[in-house]
Amino acid sequence: MSPRVRLLVLAVGGIALAVLVVPALVGLPHFGGSVHPYRTHAVVASVAHHSANVISSINFDQRGLDTLGEESIFLASVLGVVVLLRPAEEETETASLGGGPVLESTKLAGYAMVPITLMLGFNIVTHGHLTPGGGFQGGVVLGTGIHLLYVAGTYRALQRARPIQVFDWGEAIGAGAFACLGIASLAMTGAFLAAVIPTAPLGHLFSAGTVPLLNGAVGVEVASGTAVLLAKFLEQAIRVRPAAKETEP
Amino acid sequence: MSVYPYLVAGWLMAVGIIGIVRGRNLVQTVICLSVAQSATYVLLLSVGYQRHATPPVFGEPASKPNFHVVDPVVQALTLTDIVVSATVTALLLSLAIQIHKRHGTLDPNELNTLEG
Repeated sequence: MSPRVRLLVLAVGGIALAVLVVPALVGLPHFGGSVHPYRTHAVVASVAHHSANVISSINFDQRGLDTLGEESIFLASVLGVVVLLRPAEEETETASLGGGPVLESTKLAGYAMVPITLMLGFNIVTHGHLTPGGGFQGGVVLGTGIHLLYVAGTYRALQRARPIQVFDWGEAIGAGAFACLGIASLAMTGAFLAAVIPTAPLGHLFSAGTVPLLNGAVGVEVASGTAVLLAKFLEQAIRVRPAAKETEP
Repeated sequence: MSVYPYLVAGWLMAVGIIGIVRGRNLVQTVICLSVAQSATYVLLLSVGYQRHATPPVFGEPASKPNFHVVDPVVQALTLTDIVVSATVTALLLSLAIQIHKRHGTLDPNELNTLEG
């Protein structure tokens, strides 16, 4: 298909889409209006389980099954990346990891930020039911925070600080823990992922029933998954090289 | 203009799709897909917005539970959306790496041959 034909097809499809979408967008409820029926139900359900962050309550309590699916998508994607990026037969993993020079100020900033970033990540995961944040957000902060070591120092330092095997396990353990919590509540109450844990009053650390536990499980999974993803992409850029071609006869 | 945020979402989707069709590089295509997906974030969040309302996060004693908050349901959906977008991006980028290894190019116009 030549570029011209392709643009023509795009134009026809785009016009047809616009004919349908623009009236739909204009017909939506007015922006900023006060009619939000789902909001009312979600807030009532969240406060009933003493969950201060309504969004976390929706994700891990009211729509827990959907989040299990979301988490499985993440797991499947990490698995796919690991499979796709494994070194092929005609490639080798080099051991020479010579890096360029790093500015002293970059090193200082990097090493200073690693503990702060990790602490922030833990905070976001553990307080996901109280303040904005949660397992997904905190997990990404944790998984990327470790890689500050690479920015600040060398790939070798990163390898020492980040045993990839542990993160492979963490990924599986996090995903499994979520499902196990669901099955445990199924056994106790007859409902999958039901809130089974008695809760403290709203705003306390141990409030919101199963939400903090599920947040933690997701946090472990996402932190490990992000670390594995970044590790695989870094490996491609740094270590994987095409093997020396055999001389043709 | 109360439809303005919705039109921004429509525009983002359009730019993303045009970028995908006109892309000369698969990495660009993946990024354009992310742009198109971000249209859904804008749409969801603007559907749930309410003027002068607070975030749907409560805490004694500063903000007692009340109904004068923006819609948390669409915010939770947006979070799901972002996670899915990130996973799709990661998977597509690793596919792009594989394609570059096999074919030595990232230009979709040069990828005409099927290879087993």
